[in-house]
This record gives sequence, structure tokens and C-alpha cells, in this order.
Amino acid sequence: MSEVAPARDGGARRRAFDRAPGDPRLDAAGIMRGVGSYLIGLVLAMGLTAASFYFAGSGLIWGPALPVALVVLAIAQMGVHLAFFLHITTGPDSTNNVLALAFGVLIVFLVIAGSLWIMANMNHNMPPMGGMPMH
Amino acid sequence: MVVGNVADPYRIGHGEGRGADAESPGDGERGPVSKRIVTAYGFWIFLLSDIVMFSAFFATYAVLARQTAGGPDGRSLFDLRNVALETGCLLASSFSCGIASVAAAARDRMWFYGAMTVTFILGAAFIGLELREFSGLIARGAGPQRSAFLTAFFTLVGCHGLHVTAGLLWLLTMIAQVFAKGWRPDILRRFLCFSLFWHALDIIWVALFTVVYLIGAGA
Repeated sequence: MSEVAPARDGGARRRAFDRAPGDPRLDAAGIMRGVGSYLIGLVLAMGLTAASFYFAGSGLIWGPALPVALVVLAIAQMGVHLAFFLHITTGPDSTNNVLALAFGVLIVFLVIAGSLWIMANMNHNMPPMGGMPMH
Repeated sequence: MVVGNVADPYRIGHGEGRGADAESPGDGERGPVSKRIVTAYGFWIFLLSDIVMFSAFFATYAVLARQTAGGPDGRSLFDLRNVALETGCLLASSFSCGIASVAAAARDRMWFYGAMTVTFILGAAFIGLELREFSGLIARGAGPQRSAFLTAFFTLVGCHGLHVTAGLLWLLTMIAQVFAKGWRPDILRRFLCFSLFWHALDIIWVALFTVVYLIGAGA
């Protein structure tokens, strides 16, 4: 990676520039480590996906709790994708990427939770129309 | 040369103390950050805004999921085996896209072409499975006009499918550009953006198969 400055300075490890999101950032001996990151991500994501499909098909989880369990598994899998495929880390060179992501997650949460909350209230407050909710 | 607050490696807004003045913003004596990082960061912001757009479709779907107008609901329509196949295709294509990233970083053309070809085949298989599902639904009279639930379903899933289709075109462009122009810095930046796009599509699909298919078919 010619554009990434070496992270070493007088033997002490110093931070180079910020890290680009999604950049595997290999040094000369890092090819196996680069592939290893994607391999770990693939195995974890496959495990979480398989768990989701298994729980959805089996009666193993109490019915009303199933959506929550599936959402938890999905959020865990998104975390795996972010960490191992997009290389979003908690390191100081990734602060900008994490802050942008946090803002995006905030907006997503506001849009989805806010819509559900408002629409549930409106459905609740609407006078019954022939016993059917709005189509 | 260590200047400024050593205890805080983050040093937000203080240029990490690399320059003469540790309190000044920016990257100090190193000059501005590299174009590769600026480009990828800008594309990351775009992807997050794309995800915000998807969140509006998700919210619409969640509000309308039970408004079936007396028509079929998710439980009777969704074929989870087909969805599992689609999920497998997209996850494997995300992995092979990662292998292509490693190959690009190592400047290995053969591995790059191979991994990109695998990514394309898996992505095209995903689109094929999705189109088969859509045409099957429409043939059964469960098209987007049938109910508010199906309108929201086709909008949300179709929007993701359109993104994957655009990604496939971009993928072919990247193969052609690496073939014709080699490992130029601008081509590598473009490829970094493509890999970000492709991985982000897989993240959206995780939310999609959970919220739409698994919860729709099970709960």
C-alpha cells in the first residue's frame, strides 16, 4: 500500500494516517492475516445466519420472544460484518469512521422507532371503521 | 518526537500532536491526509446516507406489514429455503469480495480476477433467485398492487435488489479497469469504494432477511 505511510518511527509504534473504512491495509507479510480476518468474519456470520434460520424454523424459542431473539442475532451479525469485512475498529485511527457510523445508526433508530411509535399511537387513537384497521 | 498529550491516543481535533503545535487541527507537519483515506471516508458517509434511506423503507414495511387487505400474508408467501440460498450467495460473495481486496492490496492480478469473477457469479445468482421469487409471487396474484403489505415488501426488497444489480455493473467495470489500466492509485481507490458498497449491501440484507422473511414467516 504505497499511499499508507509506514507506522513505525524509531522502533516505537506510531500511528500513521487515519484508516480508510474497508481497507485491509496489508504490509508485506500480512496477506495471510488479511485473508484470516475475512475468514473469521465468514465463519462467524455463517454461524449467526444458521442460528437465525434454525430458531425461526424450530419451536425452540418461546413464540413472542422470537422477533427479539432474531433481531439480537441480526445486530450481532452486522457487528461481525463491520469488524471483519469493513474493518471498522475501535482504534484511534478509526475514530472518524466510528463517529460517522454512530450518527448514521442514531438517524436509523430515530426513523424506524419514531415511525413505529407514531403509527401505533395513531392506530390506537383512530375510531373503529368497520372493525378494520387502515389498509 | 512526541508532543502533546501522550496519554490520549485519540486526540480528537488536535492533529495527534505530530506538528510543532499540538493544539492545531489537521495533520500537522505531515500535510493533508492521503486521497485514498479522504475518498473512502466520503464514500463511507454516502453509504451511511444510503442506509438512512433504507431505514425509511424498513419503517414503511414495519408499519404496513400487517395491512394485507384480506390478501396473503408473509407466512403463506415466503419460502425460507429460497431465502437461505440467497443469504448464502450474498455472504459468500461478500467473502470473495474481501479476497479480491486482499489480492488488490497484494497486486495479484490472477487472484483479483478469480475472486471478482466468483463475486459476480454469486451476486448474479442472488439476483436470479430474487427475480424467480418475485415472478412467482406476481404469478400467484401477490403482486405489489395486491395490498399495502406487498407494496412495502416489493419496494424494500426490490430497492436492495436494484442496489445489487448496480453493484454487479460496477464490479464488471472494476475488472475491466484493472485489466485496461492496471493498479493505478485512482483505480485502487475506486475498487476500495466498490468493496465498501458490496459489504454494505450484505449488511442491509442481514437486516432484510431478519425483519422481512424470518420475522414475517415465523412471528
